[in-house]
Amino acid sequence: MSKVRVATTSLAGCFGCHMSFLDMDERIVGLLEHVEFSRSPINDIKHCEPCDIGLVEGALCNADNVHVLKEFRENCKILIAVGACAINGGVPAMRNHFSLQECLEEAFLDEIGVDNPHIPDDVEIPLLLAKVHPLHEVVKVDYYLPGCPPPADAFVKILTDLLEGKEPSLPKEMLHYD
Amino acid sequence: MPSLYQHNHSEHLLHVLFEEQQKSLHISETAISSIANSLNLPRSQVESVVEFYSFFHRQPRGRFDILFSNCTCCGDLSLMKRLCDRLNVEADKTRADGLVSIGQTSCIGMCDHDASMLINGVTITSLSTKIIDRMAELIESETSLSLWPGSWFQVGNNIRKEGLLLSEFFEPGSALKAMAERSHDDIIEEITASGLKGRGGAGFATGMKWRFCRDAAADTRYVICNADEGEPGTFKDRILLNSHADTLFEGMTICARSIGATRGYLYLRGEYRYMLENLESTLQQRRESGLLGNNILDQGFDFDIAIVVGAGAYICGEESALIESIEEKAGIPRIRPPFPVTQGLWGQPTVVNNVETLVAAAGIVLHGHHWFETAGTWQSKGSKLISVSGDCGRPGIYEYVFGITVQEILDDAGAENVQAVQIGGPAGRLIAADHFSHRIAFEDLATGGSFMIFDESRDLLEIIHNFSSFFAHESCGFCTPCRVGTTLLKNGMDKVCSGHATAHDLDELSRTAALVSRRSHCGLGMTAPNAIRDGLKYFPDCFEKRLLHKEMEPEFNLDASLEEARQLTRRDDAEAHL
Amino acid sequence: MSKTIKIDGIEVPFETGQTIMDAALAADIYIPHLCHKPGLSPHGSCKLCTVDVNGRAVSACTMPAEAGQEIDNNTPELNEVRKSITQMLFVEGNHLCPSCEKSGDCTLQAVAYHLGMLDGHYPQFYPRREVDASHPTLVLDRDRCIMCELCVRASRECDGKDVFAISGRGTSRQLIVNSETGKLADSDIEPDDMAAHICPVGAILIKDHGYEVPIGRRTFDLHSVAETDLEEVILKKTVHHDQDDESVEKEGGVYGV
Repeated sequence: MSKVRVATTSLAGCFGCHMSFLDMDERIVGLLEHVEFSRSPINDIKHCEPCDIGLVEGALCNADNVHVLKEFRENCKILIAVGACAINGGVPAMRNHFSLQECLEEAFLDEIGVDNPHIPDDVEIPLLLAKVHPLHEVVKVDYYLPGCPPPADAFVKILTDLLEGKEPSLPKEMLHYD
Repeated sequence: MPSLYQHNHSEHLLHVLFEEQQKSLHISETAISSIANSLNLPRSQVESVVEFYSFFHRQPRGRFDILFSNCTCCGDLSLMKRLCDRLNVEADKTRADGLVSIGQTSCIGMCDHDASMLINGVTITSLSTKIIDRMAELIESETSLSLWPGSWFQVGNNIRKEGLLLSEFFEPGSALKAMAERSHDDIIEEITASGLKGRGGAGFATGMKWRFCRDAAADTRYVICNADEGEPGTFKDRILLNSHADTLFEGMTICARSIGATRGYLYLRGEYRYMLENLESTLQQRRESGLLGNNILDQGFDFDIAIVVGAGAYICGEESALIESIEEKAGIPRIRPPFPVTQGLWGQPTVVNNVETLVAAAGIVLHGHHWFETAGTWQSKGSKLISVSGDCGRPGIYEYVFGITVQEILDDAGAENVQAVQIGGPAGRLIAADHFSHRIAFEDLATGGSFMIFDESRDLLEIIHNFSSFFAHESCGFCTPCRVGTTLLKNGMDKVCSGHATAHDLDELSRTAALVSRRSHCGLGMTAPNAIRDGLKYFPDCFEKRLLHKEMEPEFNLDASLEEARQLTRRDDAEAHL
Repeated sequence: MSKTIKIDGIEVPFETGQTIMDAALAADIYIPHLCHKPGLSPHGSCKLCTVDVNGRAVSACTMPAEAGQEIDNNTPELNEVRKSITQMLFVEGNHLCPSCEKSGDCTLQAVAYHLGMLDGHYPQFYPRREVDASHPTLVLDRDRCIMCELCVRASRECDGKDVFAISGRGTSRQLIVNSETGKLADSDIEPDDMAAHICPVGAILIKDHGYEVPIGRRTFDLHSVAETDLEEVILKKTVHHDQDDESVEKEGGVYGV
């Protein structure tokens, strides 16, 4: 039987969910018997190929995040929003308190210690969205794995359930938003 | 509490705030504090009232403060835009020189007069581009309203068909004399026998309401007339207040004697302020004729009526919210039970009746219950005033005996190519042609009297969109389902109307609509989703043809979301778009 | 013989004057709620305690118990409705649990755990609301306020003051402070007031006492908000509820993995 292909990425996130994923420690060896990775920070593949499962950490804060998310949605049969940022914007969404102009001026013009005050305008830099958004506002999300980060056990549980063809479910003790 | 009677009502918080708004064009922080001090109210109560009612403002409005009705029948926002352009002012922003501010308001009850507005609280009807252009000149030259063409301020009755109530020539005091020898039980019996039900739309039996109030143990009771006619498309109370005020006040007095009340209130919607002076003088005449005050007509009972004027809040038409408003608070509907008949105004048993109900009650006492009961259907006695508006040749007030079909009304009104009728306002039902054989009656199509006609030229989706915006604006925000749900529904309709919705979004709309209908605290939330639900059920094509055929469309416009960043970086390259 | 109501088929005794919520709490039956606190006057605004009494939707915290009431409470349909209402509360405010000191002790979060809420479902409103850190020992973060008015009532009914009120209408509603400046520092609230401690979320917090109990060892990390807990949380399950009383379950779709 061919292996289940999994892709992972972090958008506006801190890679904490990925760290937690890796916290499954030696269980990852068992997992690799059934799973192979497409695009992921683990292997540095740059684009998502057709996959069975996509795990997306982080919120949408710029144009590049949107492109990556859409690529994942197009290529992954199942898309899972992982962690607080992906689910409701999380810590990145705290900038929604301010206008984009206020944010950029504070960071690049007014902040103490800024040399050569200038809002970056290089075409290589993705433009910021007016507000940070969770994933489900832009693409269809199939499953949600909450937590900041979700515990490693929760990753194991959701992947195991999916591999076994079951509707994934979390035991109560694994359900946390913090 | 009794201050309303002693000081010509000027000490009521809503009235004090109205005066302050007129004088200073806003309610400042200092004004909030000093009003709180002088009325001996918590500062937070004054602040919350200012923030609740849409006719009060924390920031200065213009010396000419204009509110265009945004109703589907008495609103025309293209005229608002025209006036904004002429005066070089942005909607909802006071012009820098403080001369003028222009905004929107919910239906102002002028649906038989085409596009209408309020200017400094006064109604102007039948607007046209010509009038708007002239108005712009008058405003620029800062001409006092008293020098504006008087015809602009005319509000006609537009009575198209008279019945039991409207054909009545009423001699003030005649009904009071008719009940002179009768006991209160006898009068309540008469009302009960007539089969009169509340005309506000809910249809609670009036005699039973009076009975419950009479039987509630208390020393003090109140009678309140609900003249907060806020349901878009309804204007029949306007006609009764304008031309049958004596009958109305007599109905209130009869109710007072029946239930044992010595005080009554007329709660007049702020949009009808232009009638206040006439109503006050009618009250004064009645006092001078011995029809109000102490020992009325030597029958040994005392009763007087005060008028409280609202300030732009649809929810105050809900009886317990109305009571809160009379108690100088934000209009938040109370927990029921207890109902007002046992614990109403200031905790005392209170009857709250619609204008039309009280007018009918006066007629019933004068003529006896047969006069009323013999008209109508078995569950709906008497007549009903219907406010007909929208796409028809003869908008206005039609009084029918209950049981009339929708089609008959459409024919009388000269309506052609009718696509849909909204019965009972946005909170009522949206019906299609296959329902036009239904009858106006509590057992069939119950209505407070709004009858809005939409012909084939109308985009029904925009109508439903308008209604969902109305409810999101008017939700008091007390309970979660209505506060959040009405906004979700409005946002959902924004998405549909802008052509960005998918079948999934329609599922979401109907799911949210069902939740809001069933789980809300009061009638506003319970009825707010009606138009969307009826629209999805009876006019699915209107929605379908606007849908995108894909799994999911973002909840916001991705490219527009980059606009601010494009401006800040002065970029417009391919990567700067989504 | 004492009078009883039936909650999910169980006979529950009540005394005249009790609400359905009072009777349920006395019988250790959990009905989810946020704006209710025994001892304070019932409010009925959050609608989490919505139950069906003889088929009619009412708030358990305000509806007087009456003999003969047959009440549906802990049903999948009602818990789905409550989850939606909880999601509404989450999206209308800024409930960013990872950055909130109340996390783990927050009743909103605990109710959401209990109901198996995994996401906000609706688009986020991301409102901009004011934070008031003027008071030396208290902070008022309106981002997290759920308009339950527990502080409003506690101040009036327990503290004999009138520190808080709700102002505005619709989604513009907000908690205001009864002082000349509108700031908490200028109000007569004191750190020992009930109103300073009753907030079920992280809207009113005591300064200088943050993170004394580590995340993971807090009240709702260790205990469910209810005794009758929902067992497991299905990761995605959209149920169409309340729609003409038909409950249609929508498949999640595993795409044949």
